[in-house]
Amino acid sequence: MSKTVALECRGITKTFGRVVANKNCDLQVYEGEILAILGENGSGKTTLMNMVAGIYFPDEGQIFVGGQEVMIASPKDAFAYKIGMIHQHFKLVDVFTACENIALGVKDKGRYKLADVRKEVVEITQRYGFIIDPDKRVADMSVSEKQTVEILKVLYRGADILILDEPTAVLTPQETAKLFAVLRRMREDGKSIIIITHKMHEVMSISDRVAVLRKGEYIGTVNTTETDPTALTEMMMGKKVELNIQRSEPVDPQPRLVVEGLTSINAEGRRVLDDVAFTAHSGEILGIAGIAGSGQRELLEAIAGLHKLSKGTITYMDPATGKEENLRNKNPLQIRDLGIRLSFVPEDRLGMGLVGNMDIVDNMMLRSYRKGKGVFLKRKAPRDLAEKIIEELEVATPGATTPVRQLSGGNVQKVLVGREIASAPSVLMAAYPVRGLDVNASYTIYNLLNRQKEQGVAVIFVGEDLDVLLELCDRILVINGGRVTGVVDGRTAQKDEIGLLMTKSTTEEEGAE
Amino acid sequence: MMPTKKNHIPLFHLTKRDPATLTWQYRLGVRIAAVVGGLLMAGLLMTILSGENILDVYASMVDGVFGTSHRVWTSLQSVAMLLCVSLAVTPAFKMKFWNIGAEGQVLVGGLACAACMMFLGSELPLPLLLVVMALASILASVIWAVIPAVFKAFWNTNETLFTLMMNYVATQLVAYFLKVYIKDGSGVMPVMKQYGLPVIGGNDYLLNVLITIALTVVLYIYLKYSKQGYEISVVGESENTARYIGINVKKVIIRTLAVSGIICGITGFLLVGATSHTISTTTVGGRGFTAILVSWLAKFNPLVMALTAFLVVFLETGAGQLNTDFGIPSEVSDIMTGIILLSIIGCEFFLQYRIAVRKNRKEEA
Amino acid sequence: MLTFLVSAIRLGMTFLLGSTGETITEKSGHLNLGVPGIMCVGASCGCFVEAVYLSTVPVRQEIPLLAVLLPILAALIGGALMGLLFSFFTVTLRANQNVTGLAITTLGIGISNYIIDKADDYGRFARATKHFTAPLVGEEVVEWFEEIGLGWFGELFLSYGIFVWLALAIAIGTSLVFNRTRVGLHLRAVGENPATADAAGINVTRYRYVATCIGCAIVGLGGLSFIMDYLNGQWEYCVDTIGWLAVALVIFTLWRPILAIFGSIVFGALYIASSRLTTLGVEMTLADKELFRMLPFAVTILVLVVTSIFSKKNQPPAGLGLPYFREER
Repeated sequence: MSKTVALECRGITKTFGRVVANKNCDLQVYEGEILAILGENGSGKTTLMNMVAGIYFPDEGQIFVGGQEVMIASPKDAFAYKIGMIHQHFKLVDVFTACENIALGVKDKGRYKLADVRKEVVEITQRYGFIIDPDKRVADMSVSEKQTVEILKVLYRGADILILDEPTAVLTPQETAKLFAVLRRMREDGKSIIIITHKMHEVMSISDRVAVLRKGEYIGTVNTTETDPTALTEMMMGKKVELNIQRSEPVDPQPRLVVEGLTSINAEGRRVLDDVAFTAHSGEILGIAGIAGSGQRELLEAIAGLHKLSKGTITYMDPATGKEENLRNKNPLQIRDLGIRLSFVPEDRLGMGLVGNMDIVDNMMLRSYRKGKGVFLKRKAPRDLAEKIIEELEVATPGATTPVRQLSGGNVQKVLVGREIASAPSVLMAAYPVRGLDVNASYTIYNLLNRQKEQGVAVIFVGEDLDVLLELCDRILVINGGRVTGVVDGRTAQKDEIGLLMTKSTTEEEGAE
Repeated sequence: MMPTKKNHIPLFHLTKRDPATLTWQYRLGVRIAAVVGGLLMAGLLMTILSGENILDVYASMVDGVFGTSHRVWTSLQSVAMLLCVSLAVTPAFKMKFWNIGAEGQVLVGGLACAACMMFLGSELPLPLLLVVMALASILASVIWAVIPAVFKAFWNTNETLFTLMMNYVATQLVAYFLKVYIKDGSGVMPVMKQYGLPVIGGNDYLLNVLITIALTVVLYIYLKYSKQGYEISVVGESENTARYIGINVKKVIIRTLAVSGIICGITGFLLVGATSHTISTTTVGGRGFTAILVSWLAKFNPLVMALTAFLVVFLETGAGQLNTDFGIPSEVSDIMTGIILLSIIGCEFFLQYRIAVRKNRKEEA
Repeated sequence: MLTFLVSAIRLGMTFLLGSTGETITEKSGHLNLGVPGIMCVGASCGCFVEAVYLSTVPVRQEIPLLAVLLPILAALIGGALMGLLFSFFTVTLRANQNVTGLAITTLGIGISNYIIDKADDYGRFARATKHFTAPLVGEEVVEWFEEIGLGWFGELFLSYGIFVWLALAIAIGTSLVFNRTRVGLHLRAVGENPATADAAGINVTRYRYVATCIGCAIVGLGGLSFIMDYLNGQWEYCVDTIGWLAVALVIFTLWRPILAIFGSIVFGALYIASSRLTTLGVEMTLADKELFRMLPFAVTILVLVVTSIFSKKNQPPAGLGLPYFREER
């Protein structure tokens, strides 16, 4: 088998301010193979590929395409060398249709005629087995459809080297299987495919070879058939690590939050929540699984008093008094005034949970600044809290007066979770709390959640990684399209089972309690 | 097919600066350099236009601003009035509410004040009249500022255009008032100094300056140390965060514009009741627009605003003197202001980005 | 009534040029509040060049084509240069667009007042104005319609000088470019989502520079049309007001130049209501006139409120007002 090198990187280095994202990285990709780039969050996988795709420009190092040294200063240059990247955050114009998005930026195909573009797009979809409506507006598409458009965009430009950044993060197991089938067909077509991931089983199932990065440095490349997950983990982490989430049995679970018939209709008239019902118990972690955008955000925001509901009740059972309060359509302030300690770690940390340009002290104050009489702020207590959190959670920061925007993702999350836990909550909701965090930071967060659970808090955890959900949660609620499609036991359920529930469309029966 | 064109290595490329690495000396240095650079460019332009020695140009400008004690006071008064308007727009801007309607908000305040002088002047004893004038000014300005705020809060109406249009409506309202109530039909309101604020310390403008200083300090404390000031910052940084912690965003928007309105009202009161003792459509004289830049350049810090306001007044007054001394048209003050403003706006770039020269790695030429 | 409409249309074309120019700029993601200043600069540059040209040729011996073309070129160049300045700050230096725009307005008004001060012979513009306002289709055609008893038709549709036709052509052309060409598709993408456009290989910097300069050149042309066509060569210090209304018009017409054609005529009618309604037999005192002058601004506010309450669609380009830096993290 003759192997031609399609793309090669030599000695690539890139720094952002004081952060070294890539240090002296090498990489080789052959024609007609699938190369997985493996590394934990923050190991520089995406940065390295962004330089190949022309998004960033390397500080040092060389890139070769087809054996020739090339200078890729912009995405345009990358296209010229037939390199296309499918970013994790889709780069699509929402108000354009699939076709318009695909036609974007393509210059040398004669007169501009959308009909011609459309014809060619249909042709490509048939060749590789995509399913997509080329005239649909991106704003109306599901995540997996958007991803399809991204891939089509790259193929339409005739790319031979495709880079996919964490393509499965937002897909169900079934959608993932379909995507992999398409990728295999492309490999047979002679295309080189680079897939960035941190999921071990995907690496094993799809790739021919694996390149491993750790903390910005290139560790090595191995043939997939000649390695196993343990060896790869060791390459990835640098030392043999045993990472397990300690899951304890719930102690004396009592209903804490009973949700019934929650229904919400958004501005476009779509039902984002449809008759959602569940009960969260004290001393347990209730997981919520679903494809991105299935109503997870709206559900948590509705409970926190941020999202308007058209129907339903949210009943809070006070553990001390046994009193019941309906939280529906109460704003966060009113909920707090009832003496209910409801903490919420939102998905958008710097856009909702924290204020990026304020320092840690002022961010601590967000929840508590109203305390006390008088018109002036008291910064003493928040300063003490900030210092306590910095110490206890080992937040890496120059000081308590550093704007949180300047902290790394993991430290930002520690500040946020620390603040939300500080008020000794009886209900704690966390949406994607480990997104973008490295393994160590993730486990810090899991441990914090587990400690809350042991203290009798009702924890609601929205996650995207099914493996983590199955390891962490006592029960898992699955939603799709704003409806509950099932509730499974975290200890016994299988991944496929959850995957099926995530895409189940005919939901006549309610998830049984 | 590979492109045959050999791509060149970009010589420079930009990287974002890490704000933590910037010392305050560097920040200050860049800003001072920008002001000095702007002044140099402006001075050069004047030299070219007038053919005079550049040092004479600067000397003339300094003379215009500080030349006599009367000039110093006039300059102080101008700074005070511009500063007042700048203070007025600041809370709203901190909240990212683009209020470019300070011009109109001050003007209706002045109009209310003038109306009190005309219709109540002979009816009420002076102390009571002054209180009524002040209250009327504040009320009028608050109404004018709160109208767009209400629409912004409830229907997200574009506040930039709304407040802008309110300026013109205010101007026409003044013109209407002058046409209807000035009986001789001249459209000019007589100066009613007898109903003005008392002169203290033997100087016409001392009281204005003192009130402005007090306002500056109060606003500084309000924004930095009060709960309401904190809420303004949170809403300005992120409305989502504000909702998340239970701040009533609508209320904060309206309340903050009311605060803006109060300061505008005080300014209108000072302009009409303590300075000109009359009103015309140009009483505010474009300060509403200049104030935005003054406030922004000071990064919304009221204390720094005193400096930026002085800078702008220095240019305007100095240009007036250039007109007297060298016959340079007085319009150039706008050009000079524009140059300096742009120079300071542009200098932010050097605080946020770093131009990196790519390390040399030449194998082939 | 006929003269009223004709005047409204003539003034409307200034609004149309201003708003079309600003629409092009905004489609690239630039909110340019410098429009009033740029309009002033365009107007004064045009006037200045006209004055210079006419001072070099004896009275009545000027070549009409040159007398029209030179000022138009000057207005375009003046506007484009201001656009270049704006783009340099907002694109290259990534400065705040709102503040830069306001500073450009200050600067522009200053420059234009200075230029007009230098081109002191106002009379010369009046002498030139007939070249701009002479019916482009030819005097004979208008007269012919009068002869066959359709004088109103000729007056209403064909009596206009070069600016009306130019403005219409630019508005329609812009609309076609937006919707029918690849350049338009790319421009819209740059304004909606610059990161996406960049990833697709579109040169965001170049598109923003070029769109802003072209837009500002058209805005500058609008300023000149106000002086030479509507005001018959009489300089007035209110060009900036017109500029602000043009900015407002962009929002009303939902970033669509075709709608702007009608919107601008309405704005024109409102603006001249105070001075021209008397000719239609409407009685008003001097004071009433002041109230009528409020009309365009009050209606703007009204429309602003109504559209914000009822229309949820037709938002501005999503990337409007935001600087773009590729390596943002």
